[in-house]
Amino acid sequence: MAELKFTQQQEMLRKAVREFVEKDVKPVAARLDVESRFPMDIFVKMGKLGFAGVFVPPQYGGAGLGMTERAIILEELGRHAAGLAMALMTHHLGVDAVLSYGTEEQKKKYLPDLASGRKISGLAVTEPTGGSDVAGQLATAVRDNGNWVINGRKCFITNSSNAEVNVITARTGEDAKGRPAFSAFIVENAVEGFSPGREEDKVGLRGSSTGDLLMNGCKVGDASLLGGEGNGMKMALSLFTKIGRTGMAAIGLGIIRACLEDGVKFARERVLYGKPLSKLQAIQFEIARIRIDYEAARLLTYNAVGLKEGGAGADAEIAAAKYFATEGAVRAAKRTMDLMGGYGVINEYPVGRYMRDALTTISCGGTSHIMQIIVAGQTLN
Amino acid sequence: MSGFHIVVLVKPVPDPGWYDRVEIDPATGALARQGMPSVLNPSDRHALEEALALQERFGGRVTLVSMTPESSAETLREALAMGGDEAVVLSDRAFGGSDSLATSRVLAAGIAKVAPFDLVLAGNESADGGTVHVPSQVGELLGVAHLVNVIRLEVDADGSVRARTRIENGYVEVEGALPMVLGVRREINTPRYTSLMGVIASQGKPIRVLGAEDLGVDRSGVGMEGSNMRPGKLSRPGYRRKGERVKGDPEETVARIVGILRAEGVLG
Repeated sequence: MAELKFTQQQEMLRKAVREFVEKDVKPVAARLDVESRFPMDIFVKMGKLGFAGVFVPPQYGGAGLGMTERAIILEELGRHAAGLAMALMTHHLGVDAVLSYGTEEQKKKYLPDLASGRKISGLAVTEPTGGSDVAGQLATAVRDNGNWVINGRKCFITNSSNAEVNVITARTGEDAKGRPAFSAFIVENAVEGFSPGREEDKVGLRGSSTGDLLMNGCKVGDASLLGGEGNGMKMALSLFTKIGRTGMAAIGLGIIRACLEDGVKFARERVLYGKPLSKLQAIQFEIARIRIDYEAARLLTYNAVGLKEGGAGADAEIAAAKYFATEGAVRAAKRTMDLMGGYGVINEYPVGRYMRDALTTISCGGTSHIMQIIVAGQTLN
Repeated sequence: MSGFHIVVLVKPVPDPGWYDRVEIDPATGALARQGMPSVLNPSDRHALEEALALQERFGGRVTLVSMTPESSAETLREALAMGGDEAVVLSDRAFGGSDSLATSRVLAAGIAKVAPFDLVLAGNESADGGTVHVPSQVGELLGVAHLVNVIRLEVDADGSVRARTRIENGYVEVEGALPMVLGVRREINTPRYTSLMGVIASQGKPIRVLGAEDLGVDRSGVGMEGSNMRPGKLSRPGYRRKGERVKGDPEETVARIVGILRAEGVLG
């Protein structure tokens, strides 16, 4: 069994990403949270540095790297600004939908702009009827003189008000067994009948926009059908796992590291009873528990990403990583708040934001309950 | 002529984030650097940025030259990820213990190996040495014009140069022509970030290692033997605070406190 060891190129990449995040993102992270604002200017910079198209092949304008490098970027961003990391993570959902399921024409048309960050993408599946109940979608797409007419409402969609290239699923008929069949469409935001709806005021991850997408007689051509008719459900479930849950695990990991680093700094600097907090065994226990969560989440996350990248199914491993890293982020934030005492609830310190961000990661890409169902299902079978 | 050949002098230095863990060997007075990660000298990044901006404008080549142990060559890879075409590492046991002049001799010999060059850019000073000797010494050894404290640089296609250098309470505008050796300050530009594409490209860029024999340097002029500068006594400053209680009636107390602050240079 080999140790978890990144390549020299991956270490260089982490260093380069960290430098950018510490200089350009960290100083504004608290403000983005307070203002509940997605920073378009920073996203454009991230696009130029290759983050937006990290796993997109160079012939479509991407960096041509893989999912491990993507996870490193999301961990580093999540360390200081989990909301912005969420926006990038969701952008990758739309990007991979086009990359993995698009025709050559669709890839050539959309990927260069998406990989360079000139345009933002997203994936819209969830509806008021539920997110995890993918088959419960009510939005419809009906053929009409060689076009598709889409009607319906998507909700809790990240990048809802920023994405220019939306991948949207809708019910397009029934399969041979009479079950609802779904298809995916690429819908540009300028299409008539399509508009972003209300924006949510979220508890955390506020550096990304989240809201409704409304389709009211939204007409798109056959060229917008993505991945073939009737394949929307399979595509969505695959993207949730490969991109969504691995991404959320990496963001959770970043939040745990934030708690660990900030907790250690505070414990070493804060003097109580004439000595630093770090000398108190009760505080050492808290630090140790956060560290253990970090190490375990790190191993689970990069192992799951590596398995998926190597071609394995890895649904249970990815679900376990997502479950552990996001729940671990909540535990880490609580422990950091505990060890900081009164300072833990003062917004001058970022730990309160870490807590809100961590809590919000739980419901993104499938709740902890759903993750446990996936793990249990695979284990029992 | 299609662009310039620009040589950028770069140096891996101990990561400033580890400065609080620096230990001094009491016997030798040397810094114990074992286990400390290296980073590219901060002001060298500005020199590299200036070179890359000129390369983008005029084309040409950018070569990084560094006197550093071969084990630090990976830091050069990070510089190549920011930009530049190749790196040359000047590494030899004989170079160990070089003072700034001996270092400049090695660097000048290394630059001569990659000549012809049009411009040599260097960070004004290194974060660990901070002498500001090297750019001028290298310029003298190469027999070309040199300046330090450069805060603005304009180069035309014909090689004419206008440079602004920082002096106390102002600046000096200098006009000249390439070739030149320039030491730049941080104010000159904002270094670019390293992109993922840059990281990937850096993996295929050549890093050549040249030793004393390759350079043909006179061993008596480099390393400990060729260095006249010796570090004096190094000691760790104490951090203990000294308190003084001033008592008396308010007027006397205030006068006394003001007197103390004046004596310490806090008040004028």
